[in-house]
Amino acid sequence: MPETIEKVSIQLKVNGKSHSVSVEPRTLLVELLREHLDLTGTHVGCDTTYCGACTVLMNGAAVKSCTMFAVQADGAEITTVEGLEKDGQLHPIQRAFGDAYGLQCGYCTPGFMLSAMQLLAHNQQPSDHDIRKAIAGNTCRCTGYQNIFKAIQLAAQNMKGAR
Amino acid sequence: MNQPADEKNWVGKALPRKEENRLLRGRGRFSDDVKLRDMLYLRFVRSPYAHARIVSVDISAAEALPGVVCALTGAEVVAQTQPFIEIGPDPFAKIKDYPLAVSKVRYQGEPVAAVVAQSAALADDAAELVQIEYDALDPVIDAEDALLNKSVLHDEAGTNQVWNGVFEYGEVEKAFKEAAHIVSIDRMHFHRFSSTPLENNVVIGCWDPKDERIYYECNNSFPSFAIQFLAAHLQVHIDRIRVETSDIGGSFGIKITSYPQMAICALASKKAGGRPVKWVETRSEHITSSAHGNERTFRDTRIALDKNGVITAITSRHIDDCGAYPRYEPLGCVIWSQVFAGVYRFKNARIDFSQAVTNKCPVGPNRGYSRMQHLWFLERVVDICAHELGIPPDEMRLRNYIRPEEFPYTTPNGCVYDSGNYPKMLQLAKQRIGWDEWKKKQAAARKEGRLVGIGIGTTLDSGTNNFGQSQIVNPGLPYSGNSQGANCKLDIYGEVVVAVGSCPQGQGHETTAAQVVADVLNIHPDLVTVRTGFDTERNVHTGFSGTYASQFAVSGLSAVHGAAQKLKAEMKRLGAFVLQTKENDIEFGTGAQGPELRAKSTSKSINYWGLANLVNANSAALPEELYEVTLNCRYIWRAPFKVPDKQRKYGNLTLTYASQLHIAVVEVERDTFIPRILDYVAVDDCGTVINPPIVEGQVYGATAHGIGAALMENCVYDAVGNMLTSTFSDYTPITAMNMPKVKYDHIETPSPHSYSGAKGMGEGGAAPVHTISAALQDALFAEGVFIDDSFNNADSLFRALVAKEISQVGKLVKVEKR
Repeated sequence: MPETIEKVSIQLKVNGKSHSVSVEPRTLLVELLREHLDLTGTHVGCDTTYCGACTVLMNGAAVKSCTMFAVQADGAEITTVEGLEKDGQLHPIQRAFGDAYGLQCGYCTPGFMLSAMQLLAHNQQPSDHDIRKAIAGNTCRCTGYQNIFKAIQLAAQNMKGAR
Repeated sequence: MNQPADEKNWVGKALPRKEENRLLRGRGRFSDDVKLRDMLYLRFVRSPYAHARIVSVDISAAEALPGVVCALTGAEVVAQTQPFIEIGPDPFAKIKDYPLAVSKVRYQGEPVAAVVAQSAALADDAAELVQIEYDALDPVIDAEDALLNKSVLHDEAGTNQVWNGVFEYGEVEKAFKEAAHIVSIDRMHFHRFSSTPLENNVVIGCWDPKDERIYYECNNSFPSFAIQFLAAHLQVHIDRIRVETSDIGGSFGIKITSYPQMAICALASKKAGGRPVKWVETRSEHITSSAHGNERTFRDTRIALDKNGVITAITSRHIDDCGAYPRYEPLGCVIWSQVFAGVYRFKNARIDFSQAVTNKCPVGPNRGYSRMQHLWFLERVVDICAHELGIPPDEMRLRNYIRPEEFPYTTPNGCVYDSGNYPKMLQLAKQRIGWDEWKKKQAAARKEGRLVGIGIGTTLDSGTNNFGQSQIVNPGLPYSGNSQGANCKLDIYGEVVVAVGSCPQGQGHETTAAQVVADVLNIHPDLVTVRTGFDTERNVHTGFSGTYASQFAVSGLSAVHGAAQKLKAEMKRLGAFVLQTKENDIEFGTGAQGPELRAKSTSKSINYWGLANLVNANSAALPEELYEVTLNCRYIWRAPFKVPDKQRKYGNLTLTYASQLHIAVVEVERDTFIPRILDYVAVDDCGTVINPPIVEGQVYGATAHGIGAALMENCVYDAVGNMLTSTFSDYTPITAMNMPKVKYDHIETPSPHSYSGAKGMGEGGAAPVHTISAALQDALFAEGVFIDDSFNNADSLFRALVAKEISQVGKLVKVEKR
């Protein structure tokens, strides 16, 4: 019976904070973040790894947290949208999305920003094609992507200036 | 220091959105983020059949599972509720529509039972234990077949025809008699698709049996409509239902029709002793069973033209497919006629319009609702006639467009187009895309055997409905006009707080409402707090409140403007008393003590806190004649509509008509048949622009939805009603890899019908669907192919070009030259 499913203890660091939790083996990483840790900035849009609303960084790599079990994140460092701000200051990517009107309803935005984080960590001067490829796994139904392209270019410029 | 009292400071500016602060930080409040004490989780058990009789439903094993609180079946729902109200007249008014299937299932994905458990995972487990036995029936997949009534979906109606009406204006027969050319088109088809907002439907329902009150936290986007259905269905007084919405992750109309799921969450909560019940839709549930856009077939179209290619008359038979239950329909049977004439001058037309039920997902409003199908039809008509008569498509449009000097223009069915300039938009779009160069490149490409086409799509986004048009569908309906409410107050400590009844899903209502109020009071928009989201207990909504049908810039902001002006008048009155001067001596601005009123003659001032304090906390200092001043002002804006003439189907159905002119250059690859967009321009006219980047963003978004619909997104059913595109991996919403760079431009023809000159503009008229069809037509006409479907992908283009199974111009289009 489902009740008797044995829970598994895992440890992970989310946005710099350590957590020890016990979860069912079937618990998805996104459920752990949203339901157990109350980090509801990470969203679910499709359940099939298409839309990327659930994108988070795991050890610096963008992953879709709806398609990973929580137990697979044992020992990992996770960054969610809530971890982007530093000392109350928005991250340059957050600022750029706002300045470029890169969001409308805002549901997909955390996922896009974390995919952009991964891109800009490795590529300081992304071309239009680089940007499109980096967010190919993120779906937005509001913006038609045009202002998201602008936002990521703007973030690249701002971050280059800051380096 | 005081700034000049200029009411036009903030409207029109690119003000950053007030919504971003929470959304960028992952601190939005979407319905699935909400957790209530003792909350339970609901999962539906859905039909695998498109059409079947339900033999038995056994929930005993599910209910026996530890952690399961209860389960619900259709039989239980019938015992406790009334069927949903039907909008249409008899015989469809007789059908029995319940939120769970009762004796029959009518589409794949229809909910048959619901289970409620302590966790979402347990509810999933329990749903698998529900045993349902079906006896399959013949499914009806095509609307034209449905009208033959060989297999009837709803026995109570005795027919699959939901509605039929003939829309006839002018002198049709005379126009055909006098025509120089008559073009006939056998059949065209507009496909099913859905805007699929990224956030699925979510409902938390709580029905405490002790106090007979139902509370909802949900993302329904037209709650004032939903609660009318729910109150009658659940047999509770409408005031006992509270609906609250927060941030909504897109709707595009699709979330208007979530009231059946809302009903089930309430009933489940009641059965669970009043504990809150949360239902979070999965993406596959969303695609198979929330709502699709209307599918429509156009038969026996005949077009009369004069010798110059000017269209003089159109006749046609349109069959709309509304899926298994009419629900919001058959409003779509009249809503298309808001754009009966499109952007064209023809005066004579007869459209025989029917709607049928089929064994597919019910349809509902979907960005461009019911008008885009008709606008696509008209654009196909214009393009096909242009190609057949050898008139360039741009020239064909100029000969047929309503002329700029004709506005306000009354259409054959009595709609009044407020303003517009279609030739100017065409000129601008041609200039921005480099029309002449593309024509040269196209000629060169054709010499190489490449299939390159250039297409124009001109379309309308009619906004702010006259609900009186519902009486054309059913004369007994008690709706007409349109209204919106807003409340503007100076709170106890002098804060300016605005509440509106809209449910924004990314349209930036907090920002634009603040811009309007800031201009009225001559303060910075940062000083204006805007409360959006629907809340029945906030008392600002009217019967039409919600966010749908391209109207906030007109109805919502007019209400906000009216409320702010009322507040300003009260503040002025109070200020004149405090500053011992006349009202016309008072000016508004911001001083050292924050926002204030000051007397021009004496330079004495009082800030907002002082004013608010006088009313709220220092009332003994207030003279009795000022007791009626509350600094809390509700305003109801009403659209200046009349009830249309139901017999003639004549009257003004919409207040504003934004227009879109798109041009696409498309190439069909010779070896793969993949259609690729080489260049794209979108020119928009929504009158006076309140916030330019917000408008631009809406244009980009509507363009992406349209391009996705034209080339990638299709709700496909097989012959027995299996839905074949039930995940995003199959439905393939457009991504950054497929979306071309869009060149955006705009003109402004201010609307004389709104206080600010703005027009509603969110839906965008599905301009890319028309535009890409036109471009493909241009690319393929020489190959004997005509674009008779709104959806074209590599597969369908292969079937047309190589297999020659479909879309053969010789078989489907005939031209009679006299």
